[in-house]
Amino acid sequence: MDITVNILLTIATAATPLLIAAIGELVVERSGVLNLGVEGMMIMGAVGGFGAGYLTGSPWIGLLAAVAMGAVFSLLFAVMTLSLATNQVATGLSLTLLGLGLSGMMGTGFVGQPGERLPNLDIPGLTSIPVVGRLLFGQDPIFYISIALTAAVMWFLFKTRTGLTLRSIGDSHTSAHALGIKVIRYRYLSVIFGGACAGLAGGHLSLVYTPQWVENMTAGRGWIALALVVFASWRPWRVLAGAYIFGAVWIGQLHAQAFGIPVPSQLLSSLPYLATVVVLVLISRNKRLTMMNTPASLGQPFVPDR
Amino acid sequence: MKKLLIALITTTAAMSLAVTAEAADKFKACWVYTGPIGDFGYSYQHDQGRLEVEKALGDKVETAYLENVAEGPDADRAFERLAREGCKLIFGTSFGFMDPEVKVAKKFPKVMFEHATGYKTGDNLGIYNARFYEGRYVLGQIAAKESKAGVAGYIVSFPIPEVVMGINSFMLGAQSINPNFKAKIVWVNSWFDPGKEADAAKALFDQGADIIVQHTDSTAALQVAEERGLHGFGQSSDMIKFAPKAQLTSLTDDWGPYYISRVQAALDGTWKPGNVWLGIKDGAVKLAPFTNMPDDVKAMAEATAKKIADGWNPFTGPIAKQDGTPWLKDGEVADDGTLLGMNFYVKGVDDKLPQ
Amino acid sequence: MMRLELVKRPQRSMLFSALSPFIAFGLTIVAGAIMFALLGVNPLSAFRIYFIEPISQVWQLHELAIKAAPLILIAVGLSVCFKANIWNIGAEGQFVLGAIVGSIIPVFFPQFEGPLVLPLMLLLGMVGGAAYAAIPALLKTRFGTNEILTSLMLVYVAQLFLDWLVRGPWRDPQGHGFPQTIQFNDSGILPELMPDAGRANWGFIFALLAAVAIWILMSRMLKGFEVRVLGSSPRAGRFAGFGLNRMVFFAFLLSGALAGLAGISEVSGAIGQLQPVISPGYGFTAIIVAFLGRLNPLGIVAAGLVLALTYLGGEAVQSALGISDKVARVFQGMLLFFVLGCDTLIHYRIRLIGLAAPKLEAAPKLKEAR
Repeated sequence: MDITVNILLTIATAATPLLIAAIGELVVERSGVLNLGVEGMMIMGAVGGFGAGYLTGSPWIGLLAAVAMGAVFSLLFAVMTLSLATNQVATGLSLTLLGLGLSGMMGTGFVGQPGERLPNLDIPGLTSIPVVGRLLFGQDPIFYISIALTAAVMWFLFKTRTGLTLRSIGDSHTSAHALGIKVIRYRYLSVIFGGACAGLAGGHLSLVYTPQWVENMTAGRGWIALALVVFASWRPWRVLAGAYIFGAVWIGQLHAQAFGIPVPSQLLSSLPYLATVVVLVLISRNKRLTMMNTPASLGQPFVPDR
Repeated sequence: MKKLLIALITTTAAMSLAVTAEAADKFKACWVYTGPIGDFGYSYQHDQGRLEVEKALGDKVETAYLENVAEGPDADRAFERLAREGCKLIFGTSFGFMDPEVKVAKKFPKVMFEHATGYKTGDNLGIYNARFYEGRYVLGQIAAKESKAGVAGYIVSFPIPEVVMGINSFMLGAQSINPNFKAKIVWVNSWFDPGKEADAAKALFDQGADIIVQHTDSTAALQVAEERGLHGFGQSSDMIKFAPKAQLTSLTDDWGPYYISRVQAALDGTWKPGNVWLGIKDGAVKLAPFTNMPDDVKAMAEATAKKIADGWNPFTGPIAKQDGTPWLKDGEVADDGTLLGMNFYVKGVDDKLPQ
Repeated sequence: MMRLELVKRPQRSMLFSALSPFIAFGLTIVAGAIMFALLGVNPLSAFRIYFIEPISQVWQLHELAIKAAPLILIAVGLSVCFKANIWNIGAEGQFVLGAIVGSIIPVFFPQFEGPLVLPLMLLLGMVGGAAYAAIPALLKTRFGTNEILTSLMLVYVAQLFLDWLVRGPWRDPQGHGFPQTIQFNDSGILPELMPDAGRANWGFIFALLAAVAIWILMSRMLKGFEVRVLGSSPRAGRFAGFGLNRMVFFAFLLSGALAGLAGISEVSGAIGQLQPVISPGYGFTAIIVAFLGRLNPLGIVAAGLVLALTYLGGEAVQSALGISDKVARVFQGMLLFFVLGCDTLIHYRIRLIGLAAPKLEAAPKLKEAR
């Protein structure tokens, strides 16, 4: 029983940064903007979070710094693509390049220094309940934030007026504009929200997952988060499911190896990616469903005419 | 804004005038790294060696380096650039630089080249390597003494001879203490992915291992051991700061003494292309202070390290291969060629070598 | 509080088409000077080494060609995709597959020599890249699966496949167990153009030829028209009788084949064997190159050379001034942002609006250019 709980906890830790970054990107894409710079914003969050935690000695300040760093960095993308109407794909890729370089530059002094770890939740009486105690009441704070965030985004997008407006912008920015909606303002806020989420996800890496700073420590997780959004056909709860499936396959292959199952490790390592493609095909065979959710004006620049 | 610009331009102009001609007679030694020097692992250790050279030889040398150099055409260019920029002695620190370095060395016969972990040499190209397996034998013995379950978790990067050699040596050491000792092996297909290394460590602990060994570079696995109250070994650098209660010792690379001696030889005009494989006795392979273990285990580890430093090779027969066929007869010592191309397990390793 | 406002120009400004790269360059120089000065490095010598030195020596020009060739080759193919509004971002994987399939001949038939070897390898490389690109195309046309995601996922699969091959079945038995295939024999090596002067090989010529061919295709042929129409308005394209599915295949196969050609050229030209990693992200960088070149094949040649220059310059300042690799990358990122930002001026006029007093000062310099 204990091993099952441990495996579930490991999966949750692996899935949390993916989930947070993907939820943020989902909101961005729902507003019709495609930001491929998730990896860059995430690594900036990681270095900002670690740095602030290390310098102040408080991982909580680190957490806030990670969020702020991601948000500020995403602002660069927002100015470029929204105010200057540059191509979103190219700008996003450039943002990743810049983030990887800048974070390395900022983090030079943090290499080889142990950082502060955010403590796990510990509620007397509850955390010690067998089996479910540690799963429900004994995880790191960002895990709870990630779940709350998913629920909040779901509620916001589908139950509030503002959420409806946001989605309508993603579907057709020209008609939204014609209705007098401030398209650019909504998109600015979405992009910054996405940046804050990516920053938080990076903070999870450097404050919880592996409390340390090293260059390129995101190791491609930003790209996986991007994949998850499409994989989930822009539905928050499916992002949640996807992140956990991804985490399970990821952890599962490590367990399979430790168990001694003789499969080429490269094949095991490529399983998550192949699985994404297969599931994606299965989902998109149902055309009606995908069409309904895909933000129609995704990736297209919008300039209000006067 | 305009004023700021003007001020900026004038200062930069003034600065450029102030640049003095660099001393042309200084000896220039250069390094090429495959990773970022901020990896706190393999490339970091080589760069520490470079800094030791600067410290030890002071004014007599100047150094330069290129980091994050991809293996392939970029590597050719890196060596050519350094050779053309006046580097007299160039160290390539990754196996993948072998063929580029061979090519460039032929082109610049007056420049001295050294290549780590490869096997091709030339008139002006020497090779050097470190016998990390010596340290791994000691780790194996400590693991067998300290593990209650008799199972170690072993996180590895890629199935190359260096890594296979390490696993074998570790197992020989462990089995010399506990013949039934087992190791569970997980290949993470990366030298460096802290998250994945942490996940692998968790998976190994969950499956019953209670001690962790790694042939990857980050501190993540040790941090997991620390959280779980279990033990492990560091790699490349001393990681005690990250795991004060979990680290038993760390298998570290110290390239400084070697680099200093080679640059000094070049300064003296006595440099010749060599083929050296440095071990514990040369100070290139070091074990960080033994901590978190009883005194008798510590004494044993120190004794074994000394025995190896005095010339005993962990690959001394009788040793059988994994399938039981004999490899080394009693007292026979493995030759370096076989070790450098090692692609089989010894008896007792519980894994199938990826082929 | 200031606000930027874009005003669409009636037609693209020829003046800014020509001028914007220079404005971007000027801004980069200013920002870069500040950065270098803050780091305690003399900006002038940094710039001299970064921009001038790499193009003032013959051997470095060759290196520039080597570095730019795969970027240009991949980017011209992608430009067709992007023009057609088809998002192939998996060129990195197609590059790898091209290299693998093209290497079948030298790896399995090392005795096979002669003038036929190289053309066959290049052809197989193109087939390999195109076949791999056909997967996302098939999934898109058949199931409506989003190609951004599938093509990206297949990149990782391709890289791991190559890794498995060179560590396992294709490993050189004489290679001391190290992960690489045998060295290709001489017939399988792409010749250098001027062996005495530097290493540049035929890959660069392929890149130039591909750019010219795609330029002719896009500007002089019906197919190019079809690409543009379907890209800007799939509906209009359908009325004109153009098939969207056929276009998806065309764009993916073309870009895949070019990426595959880049892959096999890289392996047979500059490397000479397969190894676990053969590309420092050319497939992704090429996407940026495609946009820097404004999706115009000839612009892409220039953009590819400029981007290659930033890599070379980055290495030069690193070894000469001890400026870290990170700083060079940040500088490269700044340059990209300024170039992308300034290209906005081609299609738009920018007005700065103070919120308190709207309708004030349209930047006078920008006004005179229409």
